[in-house]
Amino acid sequence: MSVLVIAEHDNAELKPATLTTVTAAGEIDPSVAILVAGFDCHAVAESATKIAGVAQILVCDDARYQHQLAEDVAALVVAVAGEFSHILAPASTFGKNLIPRVGAMLDVSPISDIVSIESSDTFVRPVYAGNAMATVKSSDDKKLITARATAFAAAATTGGSASVSELQPVDGSGGRSRFVGQELTQSERPELTNARVVVSGGRGLGSAENFKLLEQLADQLDAAVGASRAAVDAGYVPNDYQVGQTGKVVAPELYIAIGISGAIQHLAGMKDSKVIVAINKDEEAPIFQVADYGLVADLFDVLPKLSAALEK
Amino acid sequence: MKILVAIKRVVDYNVKVRVKKDESGVETANVKMSMNPFDEIAVEEAVRLQEAGQTEELIIVSIGVKQCQETIRTALAMGADRGILVETEDQLEPLAIAKILREIINKESPDLVIMGKQAIDDDSNQTGQLLAGILGWPQGTFASKLEFSDQRVAVTREVDGGLETLSLALPAVITVDLRLNEPRYVKLPNIMKAKKKPLETIGLGEFGLDLSPRVTTLKVAPPPERGGGVRVESVEELVDKLKNEAKVI
Repeated sequence: MSVLVIAEHDNAELKPATLTTVTAAGEIDPSVAILVAGFDCHAVAESATKIAGVAQILVCDDARYQHQLAEDVAALVVAVAGEFSHILAPASTFGKNLIPRVGAMLDVSPISDIVSIESSDTFVRPVYAGNAMATVKSSDDKKLITARATAFAAAATTGGSASVSELQPVDGSGGRSRFVGQELTQSERPELTNARVVVSGGRGLGSAENFKLLEQLADQLDAAVGASRAAVDAGYVPNDYQVGQTGKVVAPELYIAIGISGAIQHLAGMKDSKVIVAINKDEEAPIFQVADYGLVADLFDVLPKLSAALEK
Repeated sequence: MKILVAIKRVVDYNVKVRVKKDESGVETANVKMSMNPFDEIAVEEAVRLQEAGQTEELIIVSIGVKQCQETIRTALAMGADRGILVETEDQLEPLAIAKILREIINKESPDLVIMGKQAIDDDSNQTGQLLAGILGWPQGTFASKLEFSDQRVAVTREVDGGLETLSLALPAVITVDLRLNEPRYVKLPNIMKAKKKPLETIGLGEFGLDLSPRVTTLKVAPPPERGGGVRVESVEELVDKLKNEAKVI
């Protein structure tokens, strides 16, 4: 038996979370296969063959997988599930949408968002917004798992030489679920969940206009821009900027929180960052409890000075 | 359209939970409990559809201890018509919850099932997808906008890269995200009215389902503590520390 990873991709390239999921899979069993379901996705399959430690690539290239609807991809995963002991996907909106549907079809209880692997049936996952860590053991014959990207290192994208098998498509949604459209945020900056530095803003920024000050700082540091729920709810930035329990989980080398008070729901998404800087004018703000470096000051004074100091 | 909303009673989102000394779970005795915030958004959306004349009946279901009645009453006070409590003391995993919901759905035949995208206690983010999979229904997860026409619903979803819109044939399962709406405050007269609305209690045993746990919790431990940080007095000091002490810029 080997372990199957469901690739997350956009038909052009693999998402980095696929690589961290491969590492998690390899900790369970060194025999790792990857499923690439997509349309016109040869480049993705090709790059997957080179990932270190991956033995086999299963490819299903068909128009029905262009947008990777859960109804369609789940039916395909179920069709190939037999030979695998574990099936993993990244704990992203893609993986969270897909894996439980597969679980329903296989009558398996999925395990979400694991951060470490104790053995082939025992895993650690955060609960209560990361305020507790649960060690859980699965008695299902097959394990269905989503893995937190920040908890595992990325597998190397070179060195592998996996074989490729083509799969026949499987009927899934039957047209009852249809893709209509998407509005993806366009950005030249690094991806939030994968950036070395993240600069995040909160309600303290006060407006979408002021968020631009923070973006300037981010560009100087080659950083991704994040936000608290309050900033997203207020419409300063789009939803995909949100860091927290119900948004994205990040763990960069450096996380700079600006005008963010630090509700537990926000801390859940960033407290595993290596170095945390908090800038807030309220010295009682809970964000300071997790910060390595705290600066009690008005962010509108600090931001220009910080940009100037970094220019030097 | 007949709508069923599934809600969960959880530790209130403002409570900072503490792990029990014996590591068997988190402390829930004498802790404030509330409706899962995402489920509250689900109830609000269903009530708005009802107010817009798009709904014939709005049913609330919760599965758990007797006190879940209070949570159901809150949803009834928001505007739902009637409630069903499946009463159990057992800690049930999402797969078991989905199987119980299937039984209720087979009996009630709703056109739409709505619930929160995740519960803020176990953070599993599974029940809606499991239910859709068990029923073979379309699923619209992480919804931030719903539009109905011709027995279909257009669901705008909050995905990692931005927004995605799907069109789903009804019946379907929807799980809701934060930006769908802002739940109303419940007014006192509505709380009084809700006390008179029907609330049926069903014992879990009546379904005759095998819900033995597939996933058991071996222990629950506190997360690793972060070391204490320092306060810096100026931007210059901050930049110096980041360059020369932390070496991250």
